[in-house]
Amino acid sequence: MDRSYDVIVIGGGPAGYTAALYTARSGYRTLVIEKIAPGGQMTQTTQIDNYPGFPDGVDGITLGMQMQAGAARFGVETEYSEVKRVNLTGAVKEIETTGGTFKARAVVVATGATHRHLGVEGEEALVGRGVGYCAACDAMFYRGKTVAVVGGGNTAAAAALVLSRIARQVHLIHRRDSLRATRVYHQSLEQAENITFHWNATVQQLLAEQKLTGVVLENVQTGQRQTLSVDGLFVSIGQSPATALFEGQLELDGQGYIVADETTKTNIDGVYAVGDVRTKQVRQVITAAADGAAAAHQIESYLM
Amino acid sequence: MSVINVTKADFQKEVTESDKIVLLDFWAPWCGPCRMLGPIVESIAEEYPDVKVCKVNVDEEGELAQQFGVMSIPAVFVLEKGEIINQSVGVKPKQQLLEMLGL
Repeated sequence: MDRSYDVIVIGGGPAGYTAALYTARSGYRTLVIEKIAPGGQMTQTTQIDNYPGFPDGVDGITLGMQMQAGAARFGVETEYSEVKRVNLTGAVKEIETTGGTFKARAVVVATGATHRHLGVEGEEALVGRGVGYCAACDAMFYRGKTVAVVGGGNTAAAAALVLSRIARQVHLIHRRDSLRATRVYHQSLEQAENITFHWNATVQQLLAEQKLTGVVLENVQTGQRQTLSVDGLFVSIGQSPATALFEGQLELDGQGYIVADETTKTNIDGVYAVGDVRTKQVRQVITAAADGAAAAHQIESYLM
Repeated sequence: MSVINVTKADFQKEVTESDKIVLLDFWAPWCGPCRMLGPIVESIAEEYPDVKVCKVNVDEEGELAQQFGVMSIPAVFVLEKGEIINQSVGVKPKQQLLEMLGL
């Protein structure tokens, strides 16, 4: 089997498969290396309503598989392996995986990010059954219900505001005594009548009967415990980009994201960063896909 | 080789009496993780002619699911000469499935 390609894409989410679709359509031999299954973070979302073209919405697994199928139609291959090591510095880049070593002249890094978890027992099992990480995605399921948001940054503040317009009651839980979120959020949060603040509090326990029913909070100063009945819990304590593989080769920012602007070009020629793994403002399916197209445009001039 | 959908009626012939090692995938169309596993087992079927990949739709073949004690899907079993030699539950990377097959 010939393991040399024009373009290798690491990561089979919307950014990766869009880049692959574009480069394959331009006639470049393209391989996507995916650790588990197509779709990336989309696979965690049962209903995507903010990717245009699907009037009834679409579930993330279906959208991922359709993106793969659309790319495969133009010859994109998918290797289901985990990348172990990369050597990106030369003109020919080498990607070592559990399924062998692959080579390419251009590499697109589309490894994405994962939402940071609370680390409380039962959290994994309740994902999609009350526990969520994306209020913008799932808020609509909590119309008229009671929800809690954990976190104190911009994402948490935005989540609490979105939810306050939909849910009956919102609890905002933060381990410090003030928000880290930018000032623009503070006034809106205080004006929202249905948001209750729980300062200096952490989630100690999740209560569930098939699905989430409540959370147990602990005050970090007094140790006092309190139980809140909630239908949903949104964990907004940040994201971790999947960039450990690239440390020492690609330039990363303080939080570990790959430094690249809208061109998606990284500090190494022939290496591009697309989707959630790149330094950017908005992390959505459509902005990930947009990055893929932008990277393909750069690759075409690079490989010419 | 393509993936074979097995039923109670042909289970004996396709799985129990198979000369090849069998990867048996219990799934259902409404199960998201099962659909994620689909392309992975298909790629194993295509690339490894010595493996027979079979799928059981638990909605249609409840009795087979019960027989294997399947409580959660996707559930994957590896069988050799009709005997279960490995099993796992949930979406697994391809490499892990290959290891279960001794590949």
